[in-house]
Amino acid sequence: MTILGQLALWLALLLGAWGTVVGILGGRRGDPALIASARRTTYVLAGVISVAAISLVTALLKSDFNVAYVASYTSRNLPIAYKLSAFYGGQAGSLLFWALVLSLFAAAAQWLTPRRYSYLMPYVAAVTSFVILFFVMVTVFAANPFERLPFTPVDGRGLNPQLQNPGMVIHPPMLYLGYISITIPFAFAVAALLSKRLDMGWLHAIRKWTLISWLFLSVGITLGMWWAYVELGWGGYWAWDPVENASFLPWLTMTAFLHSVMIQEKRGMLKRWNMTLISLSFLLSIFGTFITRSGVISSVHSFTQSSVGYFFLAFLGLSIVGVVVLIWTRASLLKTEAHLDSALSREASFFFNNLLLVGMAFSVLWGTLFPIISEVVRGTQVTVGPPFFNQVNIPIGLGLLALTGIGPLIAWRRASPRNLRRQFAAPLVLAALVALALIALGLRDFYAGMAFTIGAFVVGAIVQEFIRGTGARHRLHGENPALAFVRLVGRNRRRYGGYIVHIGIVIYFVAFAGQAFKTEIEASLKPGESVDLRSPYGHTYTFTHLGVSQYEALNRFVSAASLEITRDGKPFGRPLTSEKRQHVDSFGRPTFEPSTEAAIRYTLREDIYVVYAGSVEGTEEAVYRITINPLVTWVWIGCMVLVFGGAVTLWPGGTVGARGLRRPTESGYQARLPAEMPIEREGAEVLS
Amino acid sequence: MSSAAVMDRRALLRGGMAAIVPVLAQRPTQDTGSAAPLRQPELAGRPRDRITDYENDPFIIGVERRLRCTCGCNLDVHTCRTTDFTCTYAPQLHREVVALVEQNKSAEEILAAFVAEYGETILMAPPKEGFNWAAYLLPGIVIGIVGSVIAWVLIRRSRMAAPAPAASNKESPGALSFTELSEDDATRLQAELQRLEQ
Repeated sequence: MTILGQLALWLALLLGAWGTVVGILGGRRGDPALIASARRTTYVLAGVISVAAISLVTALLKSDFNVAYVASYTSRNLPIAYKLSAFYGGQAGSLLFWALVLSLFAAAAQWLTPRRYSYLMPYVAAVTSFVILFFVMVTVFAANPFERLPFTPVDGRGLNPQLQNPGMVIHPPMLYLGYISITIPFAFAVAALLSKRLDMGWLHAIRKWTLISWLFLSVGITLGMWWAYVELGWGGYWAWDPVENASFLPWLTMTAFLHSVMIQEKRGMLKRWNMTLISLSFLLSIFGTFITRSGVISSVHSFTQSSVGYFFLAFLGLSIVGVVVLIWTRASLLKTEAHLDSALSREASFFFNNLLLVGMAFSVLWGTLFPIISEVVRGTQVTVGPPFFNQVNIPIGLGLLALTGIGPLIAWRRASPRNLRRQFAAPLVLAALVALALIALGLRDFYAGMAFTIGAFVVGAIVQEFIRGTGARHRLHGENPALAFVRLVGRNRRRYGGYIVHIGIVIYFVAFAGQAFKTEIEASLKPGESVDLRSPYGHTYTFTHLGVSQYEALNRFVSAASLEITRDGKPFGRPLTSEKRQHVDSFGRPTFEPSTEAAIRYTLREDIYVVYAGSVEGTEEAVYRITINPLVTWVWIGCMVLVFGGAVTLWPGGTVGARGLRRPTESGYQARLPAEMPIEREGAEVLS
Repeated sequence: MSSAAVMDRRALLRGGMAAIVPVLAQRPTQDTGSAAPLRQPELAGRPRDRITDYENDPFIIGVERRLRCTCGCNLDVHTCRTTDFTCTYAPQLHREVVALVEQNKSAEEILAAFVAEYGETILMAPPKEGFNWAAYLLPGIVIGIVGSVIAWVLIRRSRMAAPAPAASNKESPGALSFTELSEDDATRLQAELQRLEQ
């Protein structure tokens, strides 16, 4: 099977080159035969790379340890789910996985894109084929998963225990889906630049792709947080690690793009900026992979490091030059059609939203690269860790949160004082009440207090939008409030789905603020001994050590330490058991250093997080770290709300926005609306 | 069956109950004086020392959170020693911190001692001095400058595009008032609005 995989990769190499050339030539000459060939090449590429992927999966499942990759990342006793996840658990496999997903996305883009954008498709095929070509090239020449060993080991090394977690089965594919799917909107952007057809077409063609890739990125990042929380055992979920930062960067620029693209759609502005943002997102996704794979910056996530970094650096450089040249030479075609009328307008708030999002991306990138910069400039290594990132980024994040509430409250083009008073009064009053309540309750952490207060303002603004929209429909159409609400959302899913996403973001911020109140204690306990810990909510938890049991399980030897918990003297659920796992191969030989499995009791208010650190003098006297983590569950809830909002936005159906976009003449009204018109916003809501 | 035999069974039940009830009523207690040895201690991770007050001392934890573990994990000393229980560097660094605390050193003195021994890279964030200021200030400066430019342009345009008197509106297409929609446009607008309502 691996020979088939090798052949498939070589064939993919040729097909990638072919698709790139015929795509460009087909687009330039308008030759139907070349255009058709470019399109078919993407389908064949997807098929051929799938064959390579199936070959690798077969080798993994059959434990073909003569294949170096299989021997390095699996063992006979590794559960099947982790044998499958080993596909992307190592470097060579993850690169093949990238090529596979991109080839499937490229084929889907060719298949699903409406014919009215056919003028872009040969160029889209060329760009996707070129990116696939790059990944296949790296796979073939620098990290080949089908390389064979000169001998066949009796068993493999096994998968890193930290990767043997359900979160790790789904987190990398999700993140990859996010990273990789950015290539599709980028390909459309480049296609628009190459074809010099820089009207609204390419933007409409990529709308769903951008949202889908943003959602995948969001879910992938959150799943990564969840994996870090349950698996790494430090009681947190975000450490501003370079690899985490690398995933966050394209998320920030994609978020900026999702907002600024609305200004281009409505006002014909920010064309160059949008082109830059989507290109930047793609480049940052490649940069993220470069960081992960090259080991240029040390990271706990860098499970795989090798020379492929040079390939990525070269590709990154080439892509940057290509994008800059294309945007530069097409600058005259990307002129704005309108100018901002007022500093008090929704466009202006989107400008500042973009400024802060890209500013935060810059600060994260700057902080991530500063160790290298410092070494180059001063010859001195420095560490840029969480204290720096928190100090620099929390104020920016709070500014962004505030704009999340301000944006929807301000009218397009120009807001009048009356409009501002009417829109802002209720949310501001709500925020002030929350602030007063927090102060009265004794909250003294400034940033946490700001997050809760601004969060209340944003929720107030969004709820007000829903109430007013529903009320307007109720009055004008005579619909009952429930029906009016459903139709309000159903007929303008993009807008109200976006508001739901914003609520998800508020929930994230509130959950992040909860970390300010984390409490923890270390204790060494003999069986029967207890330790108390007071939670931020005033509860006193008592943890009593029950003992340590040892047993064999599947592919590991487990030492399990259990704690009985009471809250304010009353039993609080079943005992929590944290484990030390010594993974072994099929001959019972230890494979990795012992790993730790945290025990977590999830509640909406606070999680109890227990880690068994080890035993004293080889006895049942156990050392524990016990953490009370407020509001962590809300991170996962925030993600669910965000995905729900995204699903509402993406749900197929005849939204007013979508109908309008298919008829360019309608969007012309928006550009020509008189300055005072948008102030009467309820009318606009009713139209929706 | 004889009555003596029945009496014997009752006596037996009474005796049994008398023995069981106290056992059931009793809360399980465990011997807190000693801990039994583990069956395979070598498979339960590295042996740990007993926790002392130093490990939970907020001052020490605060200092350790500002120091990077030298094992290459990117974590601070406190997080590493309470997370990566295979790390041998973090416990040693912790002992060094404790030793300095026992000498009544202040937090800044302890950090300075570590910088002298390991270099600036031992700190979790660059010290605010010299070139390192660029790390802290550049993002804020860039955002501030670009934000100011945007605000300045917006305010300038806002003044230029402020609603002008009706007489001058015809010369300024961007300042058309709603009442000046042409008849054609108004008809078209109405038609579109009605279509959207359907």
